[in-house]
Amino acid sequence: MNDKQQNTIRFLIGLGDDSVVLSHRLSEWCSNAPYLEEDIALSNIALDYIGRARMFYQYAVELEGNKRTEDDIAYLRNERQYTNLLIHELPINDFAFTMVRQYFLDVFYCEYLKLLCDSSDEQISAIANKAVKESRYHLKRSQPWITQLAEGTSESKERIQLALDELENFVGEMFLMEDWELMLVDSGIAVDRKNLEANWNSEVQAFLNKSEMCFPDSQLQIRGGRNGIHTEHLGHMLSEMQYIQRSMPGLEW
Amino acid sequence: MQTVNDAEEQLKFDQRIIDEQKIEPTDWMPDDYRKNLIRQMSQHAHSEVIGMQPEGNWITRAPTLRRKAVLLSKVQDEGGHGLYLYSATESLGITRSKLIELLQTGVAKYASIFNYPTLTWADMGAIGWLVDGAAIVNQISLQRTSYGPYARAMIRICKEESFHQRQGYEIMTVLAKGSVEQKEMAQDAMNRNWWPSLMMFGPHDSDSAHSGKSMKWKIKRQSNDYLRQKFIDQTVPQIEALGLEMPDPELKWNEDRGHYDSGEINWEEFYQVINGSGPCNYQRLKHHKKAHKDGEWVRTAVRAYQEKQTAKNQTNVA
Repeated sequence: MNDKQQNTIRFLIGLGDDSVVLSHRLSEWCSNAPYLEEDIALSNIALDYIGRARMFYQYAVELEGNKRTEDDIAYLRNERQYTNLLIHELPINDFAFTMVRQYFLDVFYCEYLKLLCDSSDEQISAIANKAVKESRYHLKRSQPWITQLAEGTSESKERIQLALDELENFVGEMFLMEDWELMLVDSGIAVDRKNLEANWNSEVQAFLNKSEMCFPDSQLQIRGGRNGIHTEHLGHMLSEMQYIQRSMPGLEW
Repeated sequence: MQTVNDAEEQLKFDQRIIDEQKIEPTDWMPDDYRKNLIRQMSQHAHSEVIGMQPEGNWITRAPTLRRKAVLLSKVQDEGGHGLYLYSATESLGITRSKLIELLQTGVAKYASIFNYPTLTWADMGAIGWLVDGAAIVNQISLQRTSYGPYARAMIRICKEESFHQRQGYEIMTVLAKGSVEQKEMAQDAMNRNWWPSLMMFGPHDSDSAHSGKSMKWKIKRQSNDYLRQKFIDQTVPQIEALGLEMPDPELKWNEDRGHYDSGEINWEEFYQVINGSGPCNYQRLKHHKKAHKDGEWVRTAVRAYQEKQTAKNQTNVA
């Protein structure tokens, strides 16, 4: 297997990890949301991301020559082997935090996946085509939520601000590229996330300004997810998620 | 006090019930019919919503991505059924917030089956197969209920429930054919869920407090014992197909009756759980109340935002 193939697999697993970890967090809302409608909606978004994770993993498995399954990737790797961007793994906290994270990611994915539709790899392009439609719909939902909460009561405004303050520390990593990923950009397979940063910032700032929210300019930028350096939260998530596969290995479920 | 007009309406209503016509939200209906429907439909809605918890207990621990997606979809469906049934109940002139208040204060009930814990992954199989299976038997019957919105809700809900049952049975087939440990897990989950599933049909016909009127008004179409027998008859061959031991040693085919005989339900346990002393009654309501309370600031913010928008629009108009 050449470098390009290896990097492509690494790339796909990274994207799959982003999705699997976020879907897990979103699924934690099921039966805990502020409205029954939100239990349903957040579950729906979680399902979209599980679907993405499966598409990315399945393609990675295929490129590897079917030596393992999508579930081996999801359930049999530890926290140092997971390569998701950190913003996806943060605990759900309160509804404000969940929606601000979702909004940040929705803006990001709408642009990122749009560009990924032009990937020279047909399969990646097809996955991006499907996923970008979902993200556009997710954004239509997360935006009005931020507006309502930012302009609702003093409490909801404060909660949104706290979420912005914390999440801002994880924004920089979304636009950080590794050398191996840049090689895939050169061959037309991947997208340079660095190029999305300026637009993302101006769009989010303009949107928050409308609700008179202040977007913090954090000097602290936590990074390392793509290299398996995570927050302390991921290990707990994986021990819960992988419990059955780890305690009763090698079985069909 | 019944007026002359009411008496006339009552006669018309009775005739419509006899003629198998559906009663619609704007139609005249006796107060007791309305109350009875609110009780039964809201109990049904609450069951869907509380039922999200025992299965929700395994969403974050589902063993494969496919199982996780299916389980999450299923629990999401239950939420959807709850929403649909709350809306149908609201057509009788009561609000969802009032119905939730009645649930949280213990006035309204929900299916007692959800007061049992889901201890292993096999419970996801057993619940889908047995609990949703029992629910379908009941709900198919309710597709012919006399209140239009309820009947239509049942038609839609049954379609999804039959899918739920199939996914539950499919989990059981994999476990039953799996390792020794998995087969034991399947047997154990079936044993634990069997009797509570039979209890879902309610007390014996002779002891059922609400059955008489409900049957007269065709809210309820078939009796508890009839439906329970139907469920047992369809489920025993499925247990055999799985190769599991019978959960009740008295389950035997009775040639004369053309039905399976079965052992007696522990009615003491049934009433205990119904009256709030089941293993998870406290936990289920506590969970529901906590989620509701945690979300209060969101709902307050949404109302405040809407009020501000309304005020802004009025200023603009002026």
